[in-house]
Amino acid sequence: MTQSTAPQSGPRLRSRSETLASAMPPLLADAENLAATVVLGEHGRRRSGIGDEFWQYRPISDGDESRMIDWRRSAKSDMQFIKQKEWQAAQSVLVWVDDSQSMGFSGDKNRAPKSDRARLLALAMSVLLVRAGERVGLSTIGQPPRSGPVQLVRIAEALTSDRQTEDYGVPETKGLPFQSRAVFISDFMGDMAPVRAALAKAADRGVRGAMLQVLDPIEEAFPFDGRTIFESMGGTVRHETLKAGELKDRYLERLAERRDELRQLSREAAWQFGVHHTSDPAQSALLWLYRATERVV
Amino acid sequence: MLMLGLIGFTTPFLLLALLILPILWLILRAIPPAPIRRRFPGVALLLGLTDEETTTDRTPWWLLLLRMAAAATVIVGFAGPVLNPQTDRTGDGPLLVAIDASWADARDWQRRMDRLDGLLRDASRLGRPVALVQLTNLPPGPLEFRTADEWLARLGSLAPNAWGPDGDTVTEWANGQTGEYDTFWVSDGVAGDWRVSVLDAFEARGTVTVFESPRPVLALRPATFEDGLVKLTAIRAVSGTESTVTLTARGLDPAGVERALANADVTFEVDQTEAELELSLPPELRNRVSRFEISGIGSAGAVTLTDDGLKRREVAMIAGRDAGNEGLELLSPLHYLRKALVPTADIIDGALEDIIQANPDAIIFADVAQVTQSQEDALLDWIDEGGLLVRFAGPRLAASETSRASLDPLMPVRLRAGGRSIGGAMSWGEPKTLRAFADGSPFYGLPISEEVSVTAQVMAQPDPELSERVIAALADGTPLVTRRKIGDGQVILFHVTANAEWSSLPLSGLYVQMLERLAILTRSAAPTADELAGTTWTAEQVLDGFGTVLDASILPGVRGEDLVDAPLSPELPPGLYSGEDRKIARNVIGMETELTLTQWPSRIVVEGLNVTRETLLKGFLLAIALGLLAADVIASLFLSGRLKGPRSGIVAVLALAMVLPFSARAQQDDIAIYATAEVVLAHVITGDRTVDSLTKAGLLGLSDTLFRRTSIEPAEPVGVNLETDELAFFPFLYWPITETQSLPSLEAYAKLNRYLRSGGMILFDTRDANAGDFSQTPLGRKLQTLARPLDIPPLEPIPADHVLTRTFYLLQDFPGRHVSRNVWVEAAPQDAVQVEGMPFRNLNDGVTPVVIGGNDWAAAWAVDYRGAPQRPVGRGYAGERQREIAFRFGVNLIMHVLTGNYKSDQVHVPALLDRLGQ
Repeated sequence: MTQSTAPQSGPRLRSRSETLASAMPPLLADAENLAATVVLGEHGRRRSGIGDEFWQYRPISDGDESRMIDWRRSAKSDMQFIKQKEWQAAQSVLVWVDDSQSMGFSGDKNRAPKSDRARLLALAMSVLLVRAGERVGLSTIGQPPRSGPVQLVRIAEALTSDRQTEDYGVPETKGLPFQSRAVFISDFMGDMAPVRAALAKAADRGVRGAMLQVLDPIEEAFPFDGRTIFESMGGTVRHETLKAGELKDRYLERLAERRDELRQLSREAAWQFGVHHTSDPAQSALLWLYRATERVV
Repeated sequence: MLMLGLIGFTTPFLLLALLILPILWLILRAIPPAPIRRRFPGVALLLGLTDEETTTDRTPWWLLLLRMAAAATVIVGFAGPVLNPQTDRTGDGPLLVAIDASWADARDWQRRMDRLDGLLRDASRLGRPVALVQLTNLPPGPLEFRTADEWLARLGSLAPNAWGPDGDTVTEWANGQTGEYDTFWVSDGVAGDWRVSVLDAFEARGTVTVFESPRPVLALRPATFEDGLVKLTAIRAVSGTESTVTLTARGLDPAGVERALANADVTFEVDQTEAELELSLPPELRNRVSRFEISGIGSAGAVTLTDDGLKRREVAMIAGRDAGNEGLELLSPLHYLRKALVPTADIIDGALEDIIQANPDAIIFADVAQVTQSQEDALLDWIDEGGLLVRFAGPRLAASETSRASLDPLMPVRLRAGGRSIGGAMSWGEPKTLRAFADGSPFYGLPISEEVSVTAQVMAQPDPELSERVIAALADGTPLVTRRKIGDGQVILFHVTANAEWSSLPLSGLYVQMLERLAILTRSAAPTADELAGTTWTAEQVLDGFGTVLDASILPGVRGEDLVDAPLSPELPPGLYSGEDRKIARNVIGMETELTLTQWPSRIVVEGLNVTRETLLKGFLLAIALGLLAADVIASLFLSGRLKGPRSGIVAVLALAMVLPFSARAQQDDIAIYATAEVVLAHVITGDRTVDSLTKAGLLGLSDTLFRRTSIEPAEPVGVNLETDELAFFPFLYWPITETQSLPSLEAYAKLNRYLRSGGMILFDTRDANAGDFSQTPLGRKLQTLARPLDIPPLEPIPADHVLTRTFYLLQDFPGRHVSRNVWVEAAPQDAVQVEGMPFRNLNDGVTPVVIGGNDWAAAWAVDYRGAPQRPVGRGYAGERQREIAFRFGVNLIMHVLTGNYKSDQVHVPALLDRLGQ
């Protein structure tokens, strides 16, 4: 009998619809999933201030207004007490995700490009922060950090928009609030001057934060040989060599130098610096990021 | 054509292209391997790094050499090299290709076919009409000249015959031809007087060229038995070298499996054309031998069938003394005889009158003194016709008056009264031993055992004729065994008892050997034509040209006188013929056959069969070039680092996939699995593309119909190539007849016959609406040609009560695109009777192996991929009705194939109901 060809159209339609559908919800979902794996620890500021949680009763002292007296507690003794709450002032975190062409690199067909991982980490980070009541913003949006789930949608939208055409990204520090936190996620393969400038500006404003270098394993291994023309992802930078294999050692040397410099920079600005490879699970990187931004001065 | 030694070039000027190779070398050398472009973000880190080695990376010399070799192979390949190019045979006008096709041809048959193939191709190129004739199987009527291609198609079905050309017939035939033609005569190399006259007849018509194999013709004469030994004589046509051949005796082993029972080498002396072998086989082995052959020849002449000559003899034994003493077995006069004869002969028991009626080969009298007159007459008649009477002496014979005064007709010699006793307590002398057997004695050559001693015997009366009648004597010269010939038979007297009373002879091995020698003397002589006149003999086994034994139960009988005298022919093939009570082997080679080489007159060109075949090397060279280029691909990938970098796995797999050939075996398995996983209808691929695709579409339509209407759910139909495909997977084969299809080979016919015998069905469709008289239409004649070698039973038009009319639908018409009523199936047995209360007869208990018709059913069934009919049938509603009936016929047919006689069993319904008491 003739074999029918009809059933094949089903899966094809589905895959096409999936392709057509925006990448945003999956990214958000992935980010939520990833964020769910992080167990939130104590998040308070461990000092009295404005907040919801009870912190302590303390005897009234000079300068305290009498309306601050907690009468219920004071009635139990002869002294007058003031009820203090834990300071839960929300932190502002500004995230910069490098979406230049170089982040679109993947060394293997089965591995997502670096930008995918960077966006996922950024969004998962945002989810965690929003869940903790912080204000999160994406430096590319140009708006100050905000809190609430709507902000997440906004961030996800911005993250799934088209990639920039530049070869290498420049950290965006526009609208970086004073005393806030910042996260830079990039491969830091491009020119170092903007990075230096951005960090200096951040340090000037008292901003602390973390830099995460996301790399493909190929970029660490350099498994090339023979006559090769290397091109940047946008095609603007080009280098030709006759024997790529002989460049390996010097390339790795330069990569280590670059990393040392980044580490040095971040130390000077009291930032954290981490390296993440796209072959590793995203969870460890997220944990590291979360801890790095949470660390209180 | 340019010739360089054995190799010629069809387009030699292309070789000039080889001159550009040095230039290519320089160019390729100057160019480094092409760089790879890689997208790599880390390039920013690489900027400013310089290569340590500044020399340009050149293509390595071995890669260059590889590429040069590939280029050179391509150039040489396209120049069209030909190994052993043939100088074209020239000539015009009609051509007669005569091949002896005798048993002597069989040894080199394939080479002869190759030679014929070459000759026919030459003729085809020259456009000469050709007539191909087998001299052993002459065509009736004048020569038919056809195109060489037509003969080429039939070449595969030519086979050697098991007999040689009949001189007179061939001469008469050759003289009867008219017209001008050249002759190519492929001769088998065996000389015959007729060749001269036939050659003259051929030369009268045109030039004659003879082709002969240089390999010597070998043959084997019939086996004979003399003195217990099988004598085999191998003969050859050419002497001059010493050569050794192996003779093999074949027969059934005790398990009934045919195998080689004995092997022996025989050597032709340098100047001899005959080599004799004496084979001593144990009787039980000898009895089983059915034929001897020269190993590895594969010709009917090298095989000789054995007949009754080797078989067990029937021996009757009569004891004079009443066997009343049951306990005293060892004293029974027949005990030792019985022990000796039972393994090798059939013993007949009974009264003497009955025994003579049974006509045994030998009768043994142990101490029988007197027989009645009528018994004596009967015995004498029997001996006259070749019987062997063996008598043993004993106390009774010694005491009687038999053969005393005058010679008894049943005794070889006269006896003296009383006999003698020696070496006993009351007598002088020592027991006597045997004297060595004389030259003329049948026992000559048997070793004398010292242990044998004789203590008593009957004495022969001295007589002038006594000495020639003695065939064994004691050491003192007194006769121990005497013999007298009567007519064709003989009487033999042992002067001692058959048991150990008078001598120790029965206790020794010599006794058995002597009996064996004597029994062999009774071997039936070769029959004469007169003897066999009026009898009819049927072939049990026949030999084909290659010396293969075939079952011959379907051949008609032959007359007895022909069996002896007539030359071998298609009506009388060599083989084993059985009559009422005996079997006679008719072999290709007779006792007197001599083989000599044909001496051709010097004016005749004699060519060998050694055709060095033209071999086109183009494809071979291009394949090498492809291989070199594939190696170049891998080497280049290796050099440029693409075998090591990312995605290297894909590249390597692709490169390998390019080089590795597709596995054909896996494909065959796939077909077998496909054909057996579901019911699959099949059709024969005829080679005519239109017919094949229409047939396939027809079977597809039938499959769809079956799928929709019945529980048979066939898969997509397939076409089968009769030569290469296995047929056993398919229950049903549709065979449309086209005029152009070539005859299947012998192997394919064997496969088809096996298929038909094991339950397959073939539907032959001549597609011309005429199945009444097949010889009227060209397609019908083609069908006859195609089906002739098939094992097809007697046929009849479908009777109205045939099971095909009711296996699924009730039908009486079987239309396809045509509406002829003539559809033929296996004929019902003669004794089929109509059963009471049933509208049909109790017909043959099986499925008809063939259905033959001309209604072009496939065209009526054919549908396209949408399921719409492809060909119009009739007009309007009546046409659609006809198509419907055609489908119903198809359904019935497949039902019949798959369910057999199931519907036929309804004939038993009344009987079953009756038995159930309804």
